[in-house]
Amino acid sequence: MTLDEIKRLIEFIREQDLTEFELEQDGVKIRIKSGPTHTSLPMMPAMHMIAAHGPAVPAGGPEAAGRSSASVVPASDTPDEGADLAIVKSPIVGTFYRASDPAAGAFVDVGDDVKKGQVLCIIEAMKLMNEIDSEYDGEIVNVYVENGQAVQYGERLFAIRLK
Amino acid sequence: MFKKILVANRGEIALRIIFACRELGIKTVAVYSEADENSLHVRFADEDICIGPARSADSYLNVPAIISAAEITGADAIHPGYGFLSESAYLAEVCEACHIRFIGPDPNVIRLLGDKAKARRAMKKAGVPMLPGSDGPVDSEEQAQKIAKDIGFPVIIKAVAGGGGRGMRIVHNPAELPHAFKTAQREAEAAFGRGDVYLEKYLNAPRHIEFQVLGDHHGNVIHLGERECSIQRRHQKLLEESPSVAVLDKVRRRMGGVVADAARAVQYTNAGTFEFLMDDRGNFFFMEVNTRIQVEHPVTEMVTGIDIVKEQIRVAAGDRLSFKQSEVTFTGHAIECRVNAEDPETFVPSPGVIRAFSIPGGPGVRVDTAAHSECIISPHYDSMIAKIIAHGRDRQESIARMRRTLEMAVVEGIRTTIPMHLKILSDPDFLAGRLHTHFMERYQPKPKTSSLAESA
Repeated sequence: MTLDEIKRLIEFIREQDLTEFELEQDGVKIRIKSGPTHTSLPMMPAMHMIAAHGPAVPAGGPEAAGRSSASVVPASDTPDEGADLAIVKSPIVGTFYRASDPAAGAFVDVGDDVKKGQVLCIIEAMKLMNEIDSEYDGEIVNVYVENGQAVQYGERLFAIRLK
Repeated sequence: MFKKILVANRGEIALRIIFACRELGIKTVAVYSEADENSLHVRFADEDICIGPARSADSYLNVPAIISAAEITGADAIHPGYGFLSESAYLAEVCEACHIRFIGPDPNVIRLLGDKAKARRAMKKAGVPMLPGSDGPVDSEEQAQKIAKDIGFPVIIKAVAGGGGRGMRIVHNPAELPHAFKTAQREAEAAFGRGDVYLEKYLNAPRHIEFQVLGDHHGNVIHLGERECSIQRRHQKLLEESPSVAVLDKVRRRMGGVVADAARAVQYTNAGTFEFLMDDRGNFFFMEVNTRIQVEHPVTEMVTGIDIVKEQIRVAAGDRLSFKQSEVTFTGHAIECRVNAEDPETFVPSPGVIRAFSIPGGPGVRVDTAAHSECIISPHYDSMIAKIIAHGRDRQESIARMRRTLEMAVVEGIRTTIPMHLKILSDPDFLAGRLHTHFMERYQPKPKTSSLAESA
C-alpha cells in the first residue's frame, strides 16, 4: 500500500465521518482512529490519525475478534518480501533511548549487523535503565520508534532480517 | 485538582472512574493487558498504554508497568479501583515515592487494616464491637483448642492475610479442630503467602451489614449508611441492597457513629467500608475493613445521591468532603444484582463472545457495565459483566423495577446469572427481607446420596 493510497483512505474516512477504521491487506495492517480529544502517544508518527471530528458511533472494521494489531508499517520502509523478519517488541513500559547517554552514538542503526545478546537500545522505566538485548543474529532493517519516545508493552522497536 | 488520572483497573470499574474524571474535567489514562485491547475503558480514556500480556500478574498487578505508564503519560494520580492493587500498600508507597497521588488511604493505614489480626486489635481499641476470638494469630493447635473452648463452639479459623472466603474453616467441636487448623494454615499459605490463622466465634445465620465511610485529609469523616450483602455464594456477593430492612434509623445513626469514630481513630482517609455480621438480636460484630471503593457502591450512591468516586478524587486532591454528616440523607431503596458470565445453576464460568446485549433503562434503573454486543468475555479475569441497580421509593418498588429490568434484559452468546437473580427476587424469604449469609444454600444442587427427598 503506497503513501498515496493511505492518504486517500484517510480522506475517505474523513468524508464518511467514521471514527475508527481497520484494514488488513497484502501483509499490511492499518488502523485509523479519530476522536474529539485523542491525544494518544505518538506511537506511529504521521500514519496515526489524530483529532478529526466525527460522531461517537463505533464504525467497526472487518473481523475485530481477538487481537487486532494497531501498528502501521509505512510503505516506504517495508522490508523486502520473502525475507525472514523478526520484530523486536518492547517487553516493558517506558521511554526508548537509542544510546547509552545523550552524547553517545546509537547502539544500532539501520544496516548494522547484530548478534544475539547485543544491546539494541535502552528503555527507561522508573529511573532504571533497562538494556534490551537482541534475541537474534541478523541485520537491522527498520527502527520503528524515535529517541526519547514513550513506548508501551508490545510496541514494535526494531525489525531484524535474520541471518 | 488533578490534571490527569491513570486508571489502574479494567472493565466496569475502570469506566466508572472515567465517568467521574470526565465529569470533573480530568484527563484519563487507561492501562490494559493485551486481552483488553478493544475494551471500552481503553476506547474512552484520553490515552491508553498496553502494560502487559493477559495474565494479571504481568499486567494489572504489575506495579512497575503501571508506574511507568503513569510516568510516561505524566499522570499525577492513580485510581486503583477495586480488586487488583486497590489494597496494595506497596503500590501506594511507590506512588508516594514517585510523586504520584494514590487515590485511597495512606499506605500505613492500608497495611494496618489489611492485616486481619492487627485490624481487629485496632478496631477493638476504637470501641467497635467485636466477635469474640483470638486477638491475633494462633500459633498452635493447643492454643486454638483453648481459645475455642473459651469462645465456645462453633468457631471459624481464618487466614490473617486473607479474604474472599479462602483459608477459612468452620469447626463445630474439638474433634474437628486439628484437621481444620492444619488445612486452613496450608490454604492460607498457598493463597496469600502467609500461613498465619486466627480464630473467631462462628454465628449461625447472621446478616452481612457493611457501612460506607468517607474521610478527608482535614479530619472529617462521615458515614453513608449501610448496605446489606447477605446474599452470597461461597463468600462472593451476588445481590446487595441499601438500606437493610433489619437496620432501624436509630441503629444506623448509632453504628454509623461508631464506624466514623473508628475511622477517625486510625486516621482513615478516602473511601472505605466497615463490614459486620449482625445476629438476630441486632448485635453487630466487626469482620474487616475494605480500604477501597467496593463493587456495590452504586446502591449507596442511589440512596444518598452522593458520587463516591468523585469524592475519592476530591479528597485525594486535598479538598474537604462535599457533605457534612447532617447533610447526608437516605431516600428510597436500592438493589444491585451482579450479572456474571456464569451458568445460573452451577455457576461454572461461561466465557465467550456476547452476540446481543441490551439492558433496558427506565425510571430508577442504573447499569454499570463495560460489556456490549460483540465484546469478548475472556477467561482471564473475573466473570462479572454488568451491575444492574434498581432504585425505588421503597423496597417493594425497587424489587419490582429490578425484576422487570432482568426480565427484559437480553444477553446472548454466554450464560449469565440473570435467571438465578430472578429466582432470588421471587423467593418469599427474600421478599419478606428474611436474609442471612446462608440464604443461597437453598439453591445448591441436592447431594446425590440423600435417602429422603427434601423439599426446597
